[in-house]
Amino acid sequence: MSADNTKGSGKNSGGYSRRTILRGSAIFAGFAATAAVRGFPAVKAADATTLRYLGTAVNQSADIAKKVKEDLGITIEYVPVTTDEVTKRIITQPNSFDIVDSEYFSLKNLIPSGNLMGMDAKKIKYADKITSVFTTGTVNGKTIGDQGTAPKKVFYLEGQYSKKFASSPTEWITLIPTTYNADTLGIRPDLIKRPIEHWSELLNPEFKGKASILNIPSIGIMDAAMAIESAGIHKYADKGNMTKEEIDLTIKTLIEAKKAGQFRAFWSDFNESVNLMASGETVIQSMWSPAVTAVRSKGIPCTFQPLKEGYRAWASGFGLPKTLEGKKLDAAYDFVNWFLSGWAGAYLNRQGYYSAVLETAKEFMQPYEWAYWMEGKPAEQDIHAPDGSLLEKAGAVRDGGSYDTRMGAIACWNAVMDENAYMVRKWNEFIAA
Amino acid sequence: MRAIQDFFSRTLAYWQAAPMALVFGFFFLLPLAATAMVSFWEYTEYSIEPAFVLTNYSDAFDGCISSLPDLCTTFRTYLSTLFFCGGTWLLTLIIGFTVAWFLAFHVRTMTMQIVLFTLCTIPFWTSNVIRMISWIPLLGRNGLMNQLLLSLGIVSQPQEWLLYSDFSVLLAFVHLYTFFMVVPIFNSMMRIDRALIEAAYDAGASGWQTLWNVVVPLTKPGITIGSIFVITIVMGDFVTIGIMGGQQIASVGKVIQTEISFLQFPAAAANAVILLISVLLIIVGLTRLVDIRKEL
Repeated sequence: MSADNTKGSGKNSGGYSRRTILRGSAIFAGFAATAAVRGFPAVKAADATTLRYLGTAVNQSADIAKKVKEDLGITIEYVPVTTDEVTKRIITQPNSFDIVDSEYFSLKNLIPSGNLMGMDAKKIKYADKITSVFTTGTVNGKTIGDQGTAPKKVFYLEGQYSKKFASSPTEWITLIPTTYNADTLGIRPDLIKRPIEHWSELLNPEFKGKASILNIPSIGIMDAAMAIESAGIHKYADKGNMTKEEIDLTIKTLIEAKKAGQFRAFWSDFNESVNLMASGETVIQSMWSPAVTAVRSKGIPCTFQPLKEGYRAWASGFGLPKTLEGKKLDAAYDFVNWFLSGWAGAYLNRQGYYSAVLETAKEFMQPYEWAYWMEGKPAEQDIHAPDGSLLEKAGAVRDGGSYDTRMGAIACWNAVMDENAYMVRKWNEFIAA
Repeated sequence: MRAIQDFFSRTLAYWQAAPMALVFGFFFLLPLAATAMVSFWEYTEYSIEPAFVLTNYSDAFDGCISSLPDLCTTFRTYLSTLFFCGGTWLLTLIIGFTVAWFLAFHVRTMTMQIVLFTLCTIPFWTSNVIRMISWIPLLGRNGLMNQLLLSLGIVSQPQEWLLYSDFSVLLAFVHLYTFFMVVPIFNSMMRIDRALIEAAYDAGASGWQTLWNVVVPLTKPGITIGSIFVITIVMGDFVTIGIMGGQQIASVGKVIQTEISFLQFPAAAANAVILLISVLLIIVGLTRLVDIRKEL
């Protein structure tokens, strides 16, 4: 998932090289800081214990900020933007935040820019407890799919300021995981009225005019690839890193389906996907877990359907800008350590995401909650969201089952391809067809 | 002293124009020049490098010659955008002109004119996006329109072309932008000397003849200004086409937005320059038809 709730703002950085942008933004940030001090001397905006947290709105909960303030005295100042905007900010304005929550697949672009630094594993208390999904790409000893930008490929750096990923574990971690999950197709079981077991159903003419796909090229093409492979049209060596020929084939198949009227609409933000599904305009589509919950909370049946070919996974984590130092740097490490210590993990697990350190989160969850969310057992009591709203009645079972079953069935990860520019151009061709 | 005073009085007009010129230069000309410059630069996924290459333009027109007679992506995108532009222009012109005509010539009192004019602005009281989204429960597969048609027995199946189609995009455009046509045309009509209409009537002209030979020529500046508003907005729009077309219809703006979100700034800049040139060509064409400066 790369949860965007707003349209990209279409900002253009204008006629400057990266270097001048960096310099410019440094001057600007400095100016903004002094302005803040002069303008509002009472506000703690310039205090070292304020962390500007750049990320998408999904992970930025007011409850977490409140709890951090209570436990550590650190003020979290959220800077909520879209997934694309996170990447853009790190590259063009690396001084505009103190800590960033970014997706792992963006690292292929972020690390070569040199604007982030490796995080010192020695300062992360629970570094060795981080789930093996990230460190070795295994769940319970079983190797999981690693097509695309699997976190284990980009988890370690060769040195703190290195621009190269290390192939074996080092002391320097690129991102400390915050949330991750496995995505699949969402369906309306009441309108389909038969079991759905394969990704190929997305292109099944039976659902002509009632299917939808994600219009975020890098993710949409992966969903398409899952469907194409499932339909037996082509077997990809790596769905997350296609060759030009494979991109051509994928787009050609999509264009044929589009011309035959397969798709009702495409969507690019969370709310659009909820509207399409809830109004019955579509009955099968790419979807994100919280969107399925949102449809269900309207009293409309919607299933996040586990499929035989497996899931397309995503993960995001905390990174630090290279320029962070002194008190702020210490505060950032304190915050990350707090985040892994359980309260936040339990909070995220209750939303249907997964947390980086499972053992600590378990301590903060009721046994029946743990059994429902993580072990795939029927709920012994009603299941409530962190805000107290009712999610599931007693007896319900989570779509896709336990953590091990779900994460164990990952087929590929959100990715940035080597042929990304070409892929984006071909995707535009698909939209224009 | 004298000399300085002379200097200032001779150049007074320039000084008066200077603040506007500065604002214009900094916030319009400079970014525009930067965009044009960047469109020739090279880029990777995470950096843009000063250079002078034409690849961004050749990529934009990739396969446009070789794939003939099939249209390439760029041509097809522009063709679709031009289609919406032309359709919206024609419909907003007809509706806008009629509304302005009614307001200017058939509503007698100033108070009533103001009241009705205000009524026209009601759609603008909510945001653009909300106005568009509200079409969905009306036109959707299970929407009000389909329920009505089904219950009246006019159709036996829900009509899918009502939403996420060329029709719905045009409908939304007309709904959103007719007012931009009404205002300048109404303004032109109010300046028409009523004696001219009476004279035409006295000379035995029919209603249509008066309309065509007196009113239309005199409202040309209003029509041109309204047309420029509508055409420039529709050419650059991607939100309306995105929402109402179910993102299945290409638009130039969307192509640029996608490129920007993938940090391909030079490619986006090249496309922006191409778009700018095509819009300018249309406007030059329009101003050839009517000399706005002379008419105002």
